[in-house]
Amino acid sequence: MTTHIFTFCETELTALPSGGLWIAADQTLIVSDLHLCKSERFARKGRALLPPYETRDTLTRLDQDLTDLAPARVICLGDSFDDVEAIEHMGDAEKLWLARMQAGREWIWIAGNHDAGPVELGGEYVAETRVGNLTFRHIAEETTEAGEVSGHYHPKHAITGAPRPCFVYDDRRLIMPAYGTYTGGIPATKDPIRPLFDQRAFAVVTGRLCLAVPL
Amino acid sequence: MSALPQTFIDWFNGQGWDIHPHQSDMFDRKDAAALVLIAPTGGGKTLAGFLPTLVELADGAHKGLHTIYVSPLKALAADIRRNLTRPVQEMDLPIRIEDRTGDTSYTQKRRQRVDPPHILLTTPESLSLLTSYEDAPRMFAGVSRIIVDEIHALSESKRGDQLMLAISRLQAMAPNLRRVGLSATVDDPDAIGRELAPSCTACDIIHADPGPAPNISMLVTDTPPPWAGGGAKYAIPAVLEQVKKHKTTLIFHNTRAQAEIFFHNLWLENTDDLPIGIHHGSLSRDQREAVETAMTQGALRAVVCTGSLDLGIDWGDVDLVIQVGAPKNVKRLVQRIGRANHRYNAPSKAMLVPANRFEVIECQAAIDAALAGDLDETRKNSGPRDVLCQHILIRACAGPFDENDLLAEIRSVGAYADLTRAEFDDCLDFVATGGYALRAYDKWQRLMRRPDGQWQLRDPRSAARIRMNIGTIQDTDTLKVRMRGAGKPLGEVEEGFASTLTAGDTFLIGGKIVRYQGIRDLVVEVTKSASQTPKVATFNGTKFATSTQLSDRILSMFAMGEWPDLPAHTADWLALQSEVSKLPERDRILVETFPHDSRHYTCVYGFAGRNAQQTLGLILSQRMEQAGLDPLGFVSTDYATLLWGLEPVTDPHALLRPDGLRDGLDEWLAGNMVMKRTFRTAANIAMLTERNSPGNRKSGKQVTFSSDILYDTLLRYDPDHLMMRITRVEAMQGLVDFSRIEDMLTRTGGAIDHVALDRLPPLAAPLLLEVGKIPVLGSGRDRLEAEKAAELMQKAGVKTQ
Repeated sequence: MTTHIFTFCETELTALPSGGLWIAADQTLIVSDLHLCKSERFARKGRALLPPYETRDTLTRLDQDLTDLAPARVICLGDSFDDVEAIEHMGDAEKLWLARMQAGREWIWIAGNHDAGPVELGGEYVAETRVGNLTFRHIAEETTEAGEVSGHYHPKHAITGAPRPCFVYDDRRLIMPAYGTYTGGIPATKDPIRPLFDQRAFAVVTGRLCLAVPL
Repeated sequence: MSALPQTFIDWFNGQGWDIHPHQSDMFDRKDAAALVLIAPTGGGKTLAGFLPTLVELADGAHKGLHTIYVSPLKALAADIRRNLTRPVQEMDLPIRIEDRTGDTSYTQKRRQRVDPPHILLTTPESLSLLTSYEDAPRMFAGVSRIIVDEIHALSESKRGDQLMLAISRLQAMAPNLRRVGLSATVDDPDAIGRELAPSCTACDIIHADPGPAPNISMLVTDTPPPWAGGGAKYAIPAVLEQVKKHKTTLIFHNTRAQAEIFFHNLWLENTDDLPIGIHHGSLSRDQREAVETAMTQGALRAVVCTGSLDLGIDWGDVDLVIQVGAPKNVKRLVQRIGRANHRYNAPSKAMLVPANRFEVIECQAAIDAALAGDLDETRKNSGPRDVLCQHILIRACAGPFDENDLLAEIRSVGAYADLTRAEFDDCLDFVATGGYALRAYDKWQRLMRRPDGQWQLRDPRSAARIRMNIGTIQDTDTLKVRMRGAGKPLGEVEEGFASTLTAGDTFLIGGKIVRYQGIRDLVVEVTKSASQTPKVATFNGTKFATSTQLSDRILSMFAMGEWPDLPAHTADWLALQSEVSKLPERDRILVETFPHDSRHYTCVYGFAGRNAQQTLGLILSQRMEQAGLDPLGFVSTDYATLLWGLEPVTDPHALLRPDGLRDGLDEWLAGNMVMKRTFRTAANIAMLTERNSPGNRKSGKQVTFSSDILYDTLLRYDPDHLMMRITRVEAMQGLVDFSRIEDMLTRTGGAIDHVALDRLPPLAAPLLLEVGKIPVLGSGRDRLEAEKAAELMQKAGVKTQ
């Protein structure tokens, strides 16, 4: 497992193999698009009964990142839950687990398009937030000031083999990969992701190794 | 014996036909509960199947549906409708015949359910769909006969299992249903009979006269075939000569991509402008129909085609069949040969065109086997449970059901006769609750039990989703291709291929070179292109494995030392192989190692059959990973396994040592692509994942995720889940017992010939082109990615740590 350290808008960032983003200077961990309780929503809507383990799997990975880094602040960059109703149906064990992870640190939920409503769990619930010279929101705005960090699009990119979730950034904005276990993705080189970036842009592909390539 | 009515005798006489003995046999035994006819192509098989139906319907007394005809191909249903309509009109019989396939219009389909025809011509999937409607019992109550055409082709796949399950439902709704199967020549007719007949019922089998032996030869050309390659471009002048000499020629290819390239090259050299068309499953319906019509009218001199024309569409005057590429399977060859001279009692004429020199040997072995009537056996997993899961869901769509009744119905199907109660309960539990160790879905079960003990869908709206996903054929996602500004689609390409295209790229479709412009509303838009060097569109290439008996013939051929029966160029090529390396021998293992295209290759000739070579590939790639040789992938054929990686293999004896074969193998196997691919198919068929869902294409791709993720999740949290058990059973079919590999390695005990070369050896060259490559997901790929990333960053002028 190797990380990738890069500079974005004068801030040193670390891309984690898990798909998380670490700002060492601010002791802040950012994760995007957890899509917790996705299998529950599928079942509720009369779709397939998927293996009901993705919430556990996502939380296990998050717990590992928290253990490794001990962040003072965690930002969940939206679509943390697959829908608002899913939070009600979340198991008690998982709610407790989440509460334990939140203990002793600042925890910020950013509103996403899937979970646009207050979260009845610990932590602060906001539309967007700022840390240092970076702004955090769920969906990238068409025109933005430099330093926007967002999620939503689930970018993926392939270097030689199969595409993997990736970070995409240029001088002004950064889009994060989806952290949740049951999430697909769209190619970073295609619409609607590519047009959001300058000609000179980079992808940091996650997985066992975090590798940066020009997009 | 009941006599044929006078009207029918008069009609036969009017055609100048005699009734074939097998046709009157079929009529005599029309009351049998199950009956199979084995007849060669052109033996009047269809009429033999339908004669009892036409006679029984002749007096106009029967109301509603009488006979259902099922064929594996949509085109066949339409063709049979045309052929049946003629005698019906000429004898003025009061019979309505209609077809119903995926191509039938929505209004027509609705009307057919309310007012069904006397004879319905359909496909297995459309039949399953019909049984899923709540009004199915009314529609099927009076059905008297079901005719399964080309049953040998269906019985090779899960489509056959699904069809037999659907027939068990029909039988429950129409207890007097009689079953008829029409089959080409097969190695084991009784096996077909056991599949068709309700269990514990004997099946009558009628054999038609097999007709005269076919005339098969290899097409000898002035230019020798290349060492490797699959295009057979070298043979085009010779093929055109043959087309000129014959009335109508069918030119078969093993894959759609090969057919496209060949067709394109053929037209570049077709200076006489002979009318030649192309036909394969990825072309649009309009284009296929245009070719079919031109063919029936005798307007075409040749058609370049694939398996889409394997089965018995009657196209009159085909007098030559050309097979391009080794046929890989003798049964398929015999069926294709049968397409020539579609008349009884005239020998069929066929020519084989090897695409490369190894295929010359394969073609010769296939010709010998076909003339000896030595057909491959079909091996198949009995009673696949993913198909059973889908069947339970289809049953639930039709309304509440009793589990005991359903189990009894299922057990009446030959392939499921031995299904245990526990196995059935497993499938029912999976369908109803997901069947997970973690009982998460009590509130949202897919099926729920009513107070009276019957099962029903919890949410009736889910029936629509289930119906959209009926079927066992695994299509990769495809996108339609259309000329910009013009309405009609040209055909389809795989989504994966479309995603590799950038504006300006060219590719071949329907024999045209087109230029990619972009994707709009999920349609690939193209314009005409004058380019001469197109990229190649990939279609879901079917994996063709050579049957084991062919590889035995090949090994015997190698042992001869000189080859007077083979063309001189191929004999020279074998001589070259024995000079620079060795020819593989029985009971010894030949290992060749060589660098090629900046990779290190290892070729292991075991001639152990594809399943054993595939297993060997898994074992060897694991050992290479452990030894730090960074393997990247492997591919297996019946003869050999070819592995490639970043480091050379220097000690094949250590790689092939028979002890410790199983160490760490389970874990390696669980993470392998073979398992993930198998899981994907099983998950689709059992409807754990959906291929189609209302509006999923519109809402964009981020909602869908790969089935690999579900596999990894189950492996971690619920490794004994039904889907994982199904996956292991199915994957093991494509592999062999490790004990057999241990036996092979122990038996050859160190009889390993290692030849290290500095370039690609002659015999290994064709292996590079094999389809079905298995990537090895190990440290080799990580290293490759890291190197590639560094290179790209350097090119972009970015310094990396």
